[in-house]
Amino acid sequence: MTVQEIQEKIQAGLPGSEVEIQDPYNDGVHIKAIVKFSGFAGKSIVEQHRMVYATLKDELKAEVHALGLETKV
Amino acid sequence: MDKELQDKIQGLIGSKKIFLFMKGTPDAPMCGFSAGVTNVLRSLGADYNSFNVLSDMNVREGIKEFANWPTIPQLYIDGEFVGGHDIVVEMARSGELQKKIGA
Repeated sequence: MTVQEIQEKIQAGLPGSEVEIQDPYNDGVHIKAIVKFSGFAGKSIVEQHRMVYATLKDELKAEVHALGLETKV
Repeated sequence: MDKELQDKIQGLIGSKKIFLFMKGTPDAPMCGFSAGVTNVLRSLGADYNSFNVLSDMNVREGIKEFANWPTIPQLYIDGEFVGGHDIVVEMARSGELQKKIGA
């Protein structure tokens, strides 16, 4: 799974979101996603992160060991 | 999840006001995000219990379902799921975590 594919998966799951992926070690494992999505409005930070995690269900089980997450409305 | 496992997880969470599921121990964390959360808790002087999920595969998988949260560490305060690494760091920065733990 490439960084590009992770970005596309989040965007597909949260239509209209802006997703920036940072891969500081360039290893595709310890990545950080910054997700801006209007659908986060009125949701707690835990709920916002859950919404992003839900788009990456399978990836989080296997390849992506560490996903840093920052969400914005 | 079977009842026995659920009871075990519930029992751990209820054993202390602040409870952390992590990889490794506070003195020897086995993952960068677990280390990050223990650093935050230490900097606040928080009194907490922890459980090393690497020592128990059932708990390691069970808490993901329990909290509807796919990653570890997981922090609980007053029996309530607070969040993982990023949320804990953010809450400490904003001062919200200090309020929650009464630091």
